[in-house]
Amino acid sequence: MIIPRVPVQHRRLLPEPRLSGPTPWVIAILMMLTLLSAAAGVGLARSADAIGQAIAGRVTVQIVTANPVTRSEQAAELRRTAAAEPYVRAARRVERDELLATLGQWLGGAGGDDPVLKSLPLPALVDIDLGGGESGDRARQLDRLKTLVERIAPGARVIPHAEWLAPVARLIRSLAWIAGGLVLLMVLASAAVVIMTARAALGTHYATIEMLHLIGATDRQITRLFQRRIAIDTAYGIALGTIVAAAILLLIGWQWSDVTSGLAATASLGTGGWALLLALPLLAIALAALTARQTLLAALKKIL
Amino acid sequence: MQQPEHDGGGHTHFRGKTHLYGRIGDVMTGAAGPRAGGAMVEFDSVGLRYGPDGEVLSDISFNLQPGSFYFLTGASGAGKTSLLKMLYLAQRPSRGIVRLFGEDLGAMARHRLPGFRRRIGVVFQDFRLIPHLSARDNIALPLRIAGVGEEDLAGPVGEMLSWIGLDARAEARPATLSGGEQQRVAIARAVIARPQLLVADEPTGNVDPEMAMRLLGLFEALNRLGTTVVVATHDIHLISRIDNAQMMRLEKGRLSDPTGALRYPPNRS
Repeated sequence: MIIPRVPVQHRRLLPEPRLSGPTPWVIAILMMLTLLSAAAGVGLARSADAIGQAIAGRVTVQIVTANPVTRSEQAAELRRTAAAEPYVRAARRVERDELLATLGQWLGGAGGDDPVLKSLPLPALVDIDLGGGESGDRARQLDRLKTLVERIAPGARVIPHAEWLAPVARLIRSLAWIAGGLVLLMVLASAAVVIMTARAALGTHYATIEMLHLIGATDRQITRLFQRRIAIDTAYGIALGTIVAAAILLLIGWQWSDVTSGLAATASLGTGGWALLLALPLLAIALAALTARQTLLAALKKIL
Repeated sequence: MQQPEHDGGGHTHFRGKTHLYGRIGDVMTGAAGPRAGGAMVEFDSVGLRYGPDGEVLSDISFNLQPGSFYFLTGASGAGKTSLLKMLYLAQRPSRGIVRLFGEDLGAMARHRLPGFRRRIGVVFQDFRLIPHLSARDNIALPLRIAGVGEEDLAGPVGEMLSWIGLDARAEARPATLSGGEQQRVAIARAVIARPQLLVADEPTGNVDPEMAMRLLGLFEALNRLGTTVVVATHDIHLISRIDNAQMMRLEKGRLSDPTGALRYPPNRS
């Protein structure tokens, strides 16, 4: 049992009131940081996955033929021909108005109606989503597409999105792993705090423990007494840390809900992430109780 | 004072509920119990040293017979407390063999020690009362550790408090009790579970002569019920009060036994 049942009369053998020492507060801080790190890790990992899925098969073909009529015809031909290929899931021509609107955000002229902007020699773009399959299949699909593009629009550039977004996804995934590492370190730090607390408790109450031993108390009886106290004190700390972390996460989530563009929009915790965050405090209490128990039993074995 | 009732199976009950000795009864079965006609405690060439220094006890050999009463005497520093520590299982010998209730202490697994300790009552020289517990809770401690329910221990603890004259101060903490009162509580704690072996280190050092006689009377009563009693004392008047008590004298860490009666006690008939 995580928090063992101990008769009320036996509980009185340990005199201090609850939350008397620094342990609950230290555990609260560690738990809060653990949950925030875990939330960051989960959010980043899901973001990296979302980016990976979004860009894995996306290719943009940039047709730069000088003659605008030929350029437009090549783009239309490429869209039609590519869409008919079995390895292509979707093909879409990026309309000129859409290009102008995008460029307008950077070059001025809202809505893309600036005369200078309209006079720019813009390339024709065709977005192509390759079909599913393993990365090896994807490479073959890309080779076939390049052959097709070379046949229809010689000189066109084939730009796989993965090539320029993959480093970003890798960076995000690395950050997620770092967050996971921080969670692990903080779990270890929490366990160390519990070990120190258990040893300090044994030191403080050594005379009582020696007396209990001499009148026939078993290690198990003594351990249950201390394990219960440490588990409850730790649970208070974990509950406090969880409440603060939940408040911070809800605040961030509320602010994040307004972010709808770019990579930020891909970050979310998902059901699994929230389940993990809810499970972490319970796991922490169990870990604390188990750590306390093992520490106490090991220490008591050194006493006759 | 209410006493436990023994059943035919070697178990003891307190108001119908298996008590302390009921659990110990498990230990008492088979090899755990003293051999028929054998000694309750056997020391054979026992030596004890703390750290690298010389032995504080050397070549100690004696047998304590069940139901006997012993006084342990000797000058300060002679090793009385060290000898008692081995008797109440707070210390293993550095050499030699200590056998309690028929079991070799040196070979005894650590997890079996609590069962044996519950058969031993100890009165410490410095009382060792738990400071944040009341007198009542201190006295009740051995029964609670042995698993006796609250409804079963209220009676014996109340009677014990009354017997030592502290029923009016049952809820007092040790710090608010006088030295003599603390000693009475310590003695009550040692005897409440009616141990088979009672070890007392200067038990009357802080009480007035009248209370000393009452406490000695309790030890005698327990002894008559079969408890083996070992009392370390300097009080010569105390020693003279018990007719059949045997003397154990320690001199510079060695047991004085010129007649060999402690090592080879005559059979009691």
